[in-house]
Amino acid sequence: MRIVEAESGALLAAVTSLLQDKGLVSPAEIRERIAFTETASPALGARLVAKAWREPAFHALALRDGTAAAEAIGAFMRGAPPLGVLENRPGLHHVVVCTLCSCYPRTVLGYPPFWFKSSAYRARTVRDPRGVLAEWGTTIPDDTTIRVVDSTADYRWMVLPLRPAGTDDWSEDDLAALVHEGDMIGVTVPKAA
Amino acid sequence: MSFAPGTRVRVADRWPEAEGPAHIRTPHYVRGRIGTVVAPLGAFPNPEDIAFARPAPAKALYHVEFSPRDLWADAGGDAIVIEIYEHWLEAA
Amino acid sequence: MTTPSASQAIEPGDDPRRSHHDMGGVPQFLCEAVETEPHALTEFDREVDALRQMLSLKGLMTVDELRRGIEEIPQDAYLRLSYYQRWIRSMTATLLRKGVLTEAEVAGRLGDLA
Repeated sequence: MRIVEAESGALLAAVTSLLQDKGLVSPAEIRERIAFTETASPALGARLVAKAWREPAFHALALRDGTAAAEAIGAFMRGAPPLGVLENRPGLHHVVVCTLCSCYPRTVLGYPPFWFKSSAYRARTVRDPRGVLAEWGTTIPDDTTIRVVDSTADYRWMVLPLRPAGTDDWSEDDLAALVHEGDMIGVTVPKAA
Repeated sequence: MSFAPGTRVRVADRWPEAEGPAHIRTPHYVRGRIGTVVAPLGAFPNPEDIAFARPAPAKALYHVEFSPRDLWADAGGDAIVIEIYEHWLEAA
Repeated sequence: MTTPSASQAIEPGDDPRRSHHDMGGVPQFLCEAVETEPHALTEFDREVDALRQMLSLKGLMTVDELRRGIEEIPQDAYLRLSYYQRWIRSMTATLLRKGVLTEAEVAGRLGDLA
């Protein structure tokens, strides 16, 4: 049998029904797992970022132990790979890619977006990060170091972006609302409107 | 073997995937190249074994930084940081 | 859309020893635009993702086995298939290899569904 040639939906239905018949995985478990998976979204990562911007102790924790920081803002980390937090600073910008597959900090950002999994993003980011960022209209100053993190193994990485100027007295909720998915991978940067 | 931050390391110039079935987490573009250890990241069961359902001894994992211009003449970034297991590294 | 035959060519600066999934810096994609627009997941995508997690939680397959199975998909198919279409193929191949399912069972069920 050539699995590669099978129609994908039929293959999923065949495998799912066989696993159900064998008592290994039930349709209810799959539904519950989808619901659980969708509890993780960029809103969680944005919460982590906003809290790190406002609270020096939490900022230090996030850089020292991203997993503990993620747990503290309600991400479900048990059984997940450890989380590393990459801090952008004036003069230093991080971008995350997985050239081998699609390693993504799912516990704090949810499902990886389409572009993160694409051949173009995986191939180009390590070699031409500025060109890739330009696809989002993102320009990083020429004198800023761009550090690309190729997420190849047992960690997952998210970017702690620079806090936009003029947000000193903002609440955590208002700051979190500024932070979007791409900011935490490094293809975009948060802006105060 | 353990590598302190700042240690110059060379990535093994090995290509197991060209020899037969293999699952490798060391990107092709740094094989045989020299980088600098940034930080140890702990130890993890070797994915090269897990992928084949073999017993998987833990291997130390390091964050290693490379200069993109050592990898490609036309490289645009300033640094590339990669997780690499100890058995792919030797002191340079 | 890249045709499978064109995508198999090794271009200058590429290394013929690399595996096709190992894409960092690979010339054939350097002129390809990144599609930055959001793509909504389909129900198929969500179900494959969730089933993969359940198989891990139940000790039936690991993430590394998933990756190995994806990497074993020939390059033509790898580039043609969507992300989760690769996954269901890898998951099926892994379950077959480990004896959780048999080829006859899968072929039979596919026939029933056809």
